[in-house]
Amino acid sequence: MSTTLMEKPTEPCHTDWPAWFAAGREEALRDYEATPAPTRKDEAWRFANIGNLDLTSFVPAPPVASEGRLINGSQGLEDVSAKMVFGNNALLHREAGGLPEGVIFAPIESAVLEHEAIFRKYFMAQPVELGSHKYAALHRANVSGGALLYVPPGVVVSLPVEIFHWSEGGGSSVYPHTLVVCGENSRVTVLDYFKSADGLRAFACGVNDLHLEAGAKLTYIAVQDWARESLAFHLNSTIVGKDAVSTALTANFGGGFVRGESLSRLVGEGARSEMFSINPAEGTREIDQRTLQDHVAPHASSDLLYLNALDDRSRTIFAGLIKVQPGAAGTDAYQKVRNLILSDDADPNSMPGLEILNDDVRCTHGATNGPLDEEELFYMQARGIGRDAARRLIVNGFFNTLLERIGPQDLRDYLGGLVARRLAIG
Amino acid sequence: MSTETTHDLNIDRSVGDFHYDVDYEFDAGTGLTERTIDFISDVKKDPDWIREFRKDALRKFESMPMPTHWASRDLDNIIFDNIRYYLSQGTQPKRSWDDVPEDVKNTFERLGIPEQERKYLAGVEAQFDSEAAYSNIKAAVGEQGVIFVGSTEGLQKHPEIFRKWFGKVIPTGDNKFSALNSAVFSGGSFIYIPPGVKVKHPLQAYFRINAENFGQFERTLIIADEGSEVMYMEGCTAPKFETSTLHSAVVELVALKGAKIQYITVQNWSANVFNLVTKRGLAHEEAEIKWIDCNIGSRLTMKYPGVIMKGRKARGEVISIALAGDGQHQDTGAKMIHAADETTSNIVSKSISLGSGRSTYRGMVQIGRHLKGCKNNTECDALLINTNSRTDTYPAITVRGKENACQHEASVSKISAEQIFYMQQRGIPEAAAMSLAVNGFVNDLVQQFPLEYSVELKRLIDLEMEGSVG
Repeated sequence: MSTTLMEKPTEPCHTDWPAWFAAGREEALRDYEATPAPTRKDEAWRFANIGNLDLTSFVPAPPVASEGRLINGSQGLEDVSAKMVFGNNALLHREAGGLPEGVIFAPIESAVLEHEAIFRKYFMAQPVELGSHKYAALHRANVSGGALLYVPPGVVVSLPVEIFHWSEGGGSSVYPHTLVVCGENSRVTVLDYFKSADGLRAFACGVNDLHLEAGAKLTYIAVQDWARESLAFHLNSTIVGKDAVSTALTANFGGGFVRGESLSRLVGEGARSEMFSINPAEGTREIDQRTLQDHVAPHASSDLLYLNALDDRSRTIFAGLIKVQPGAAGTDAYQKVRNLILSDDADPNSMPGLEILNDDVRCTHGATNGPLDEEELFYMQARGIGRDAARRLIVNGFFNTLLERIGPQDLRDYLGGLVARRLAIG
Repeated sequence: MSTETTHDLNIDRSVGDFHYDVDYEFDAGTGLTERTIDFISDVKKDPDWIREFRKDALRKFESMPMPTHWASRDLDNIIFDNIRYYLSQGTQPKRSWDDVPEDVKNTFERLGIPEQERKYLAGVEAQFDSEAAYSNIKAAVGEQGVIFVGSTEGLQKHPEIFRKWFGKVIPTGDNKFSALNSAVFSGGSFIYIPPGVKVKHPLQAYFRINAENFGQFERTLIIADEGSEVMYMEGCTAPKFETSTLHSAVVELVALKGAKIQYITVQNWSANVFNLVTKRGLAHEEAEIKWIDCNIGSRLTMKYPGVIMKGRKARGEVISIALAGDGQHQDTGAKMIHAADETTSNIVSKSISLGSGRSTYRGMVQIGRHLKGCKNNTECDALLINTNSRTDTYPAITVRGKENACQHEASVSKISAEQIFYMQQRGIPEAAAMSLAVNGFVNDLVQQFPLEYSVELKRLIDLEMEGSVG
């Protein structure tokens, strides 16, 4: 369906990839072309509007026209240790002065050359298993913009690292990539932003892979704010080692059709993965999220909480699975999706699944669907707050229950501000 | 004509007094073609519309793929050509009591099944003498105008009611196995309860089985007219010692305005059986349909009783207990389709997995848009007994409309070591303590079964637990 996308070389400036990487791209292209497109019958695509996957109108992204504007627009937290800005798959800006010694923060084009050993070991090492294998191959065949962040053992990066990915121009195709590798007992916080320069419909096919060695602690925040009509894939895997703790939050503010896949694999004893998502959906947006909490090692824990607020004719799909492998005794896994339904035409679909192959587990999951609390609305209206504003305040409060799980305070406050702004509050 | 169809049975059917009547009027042979359908229709003296219905179903069955993209791949091990689709009365393979395996005999003994019933259940006697019991029930309810007959008799003698609802709740093409059943169905019950009649006695298929050969492809249709009430029970706790490996029933319930239907199933299949059943009820305004379902045994059971709540304030409920023993897969669940305002549904499912047994809950809850005041509650709890036991939960919930609510919860646990330790401290052996704990786990559901079933169920769970501890 998308062969037109592949006819032209996507990034003419990158003809000098190292041979192993170039070979990988070619192989991925063949894989993409050989893999059939999803069908309605695929369980991994159940409930999804397959019609959304038509890529024919997208073209390779041209170099950006407004470099300065994009760099200036890449404002996140006040204090950060490093920042990179990509526009239409090309590096536009980079600052890394605040990073401790030994930390590698490099764009892919230099990571493949200068940090080959680390990059090769972790780059797309985890196959995409939750339905979008084809699109992961498309990503690999085209990826050029993106960053490798490697934090050596024992190193604590005290201020967050920020990465901005921009799409510019109608029909542009972008392939953002973020690879975070946390060495033993290291600590880092990463904010990944996905933004549209002009609000025009684009195609984004991103991969973000997080690797945590023993005792590492990573907080990863993805703020997805593509144009409201864009087609976006965000394919994530998180591999958590012994006693390491990953906290990941995805906020899907933008995109017309968003397919998110998140796989957390707990490979070390005592590992913990927290998977959070905030999804304000309105208009005809469709947010399709598939997750896997894969418990391989014993005594690991995982905790998933996805919040969807659905207005207008929006759709959400949550298909989650907790898998407890035979050896994963002492697993403690939790999974919950909550749908706040604001409109009669909204369409929430929940498939919270469990596959348990060990008896020594504590696993619970839940899915709830509920309307706005009319009493709360009435209470606010009685105090002079308009019905629409009151609704937005309640949605904001709904999302804030999740933000409380994220620390530290200043990061939580910052994210609270982003959510409030998205909901046009204050 | 072949005398041996399948080989993976606990008994050798060539031993003993096994024969088919030479007159092939009673045997459709193995495999399934249009000729098989004609044969069945000829023997059963089907009206033309049923013959056509069967043939249409056969075409659908043949064109539909096996649903292995979501269901167990074990389904691919069913060899349709080896299956005998129709055996009429008197042509069942005969077998002597001595051929019945010891463990089955022991189970009968432990469950306290009467001698006469044991022989029937073991397949030694094609009929056991309950004709009297059936006649009594039939006479008692007949006075109230209740029709309680086999599906064949139903379609021949009461076409005006039968035809109106037959195949309407579960269309032929609903799934591959409902299509198969529609093509070759025989046996099962047809029940009609007139308006306002509240049937005091539960109607039991158990008593009616002998009136017609208890088939592999039963077809049951129950219609409860306005304001009536009925409870129907099928199966029993004793192991049904089966010679046929594929069972595929279709059960349709229709509860008209204000009617109540309770359908209780307790099934304990032998470990070679594929039990692939489609059960669905249609609840009109203020009607209530409740499925109480207990699944034990079989190689693979796939069964998701459903209720379509078509009228305002209709109510659907599924109460289910599944016990997956070593090597068995219980793939059960529920479907709740809300299609009117103020409809409510409740699903409570408990499963126990023993040894390498696997229990799966698969559910579907749909509340349509522009409906008001609909509620669903789903709870599924799984208990794992051994380290290699497995359980899965695959719910799919689509709840639209801002004035509806739904909650789904599931938990998986093992028996707490502290509980067992506590009981052992007080002199209860470990195995008995485990049984007590398991019985405690399902107790609130077991109480919803009629008394005689609940007593037998508890004994059965004790039995199944034996050997799985330690």
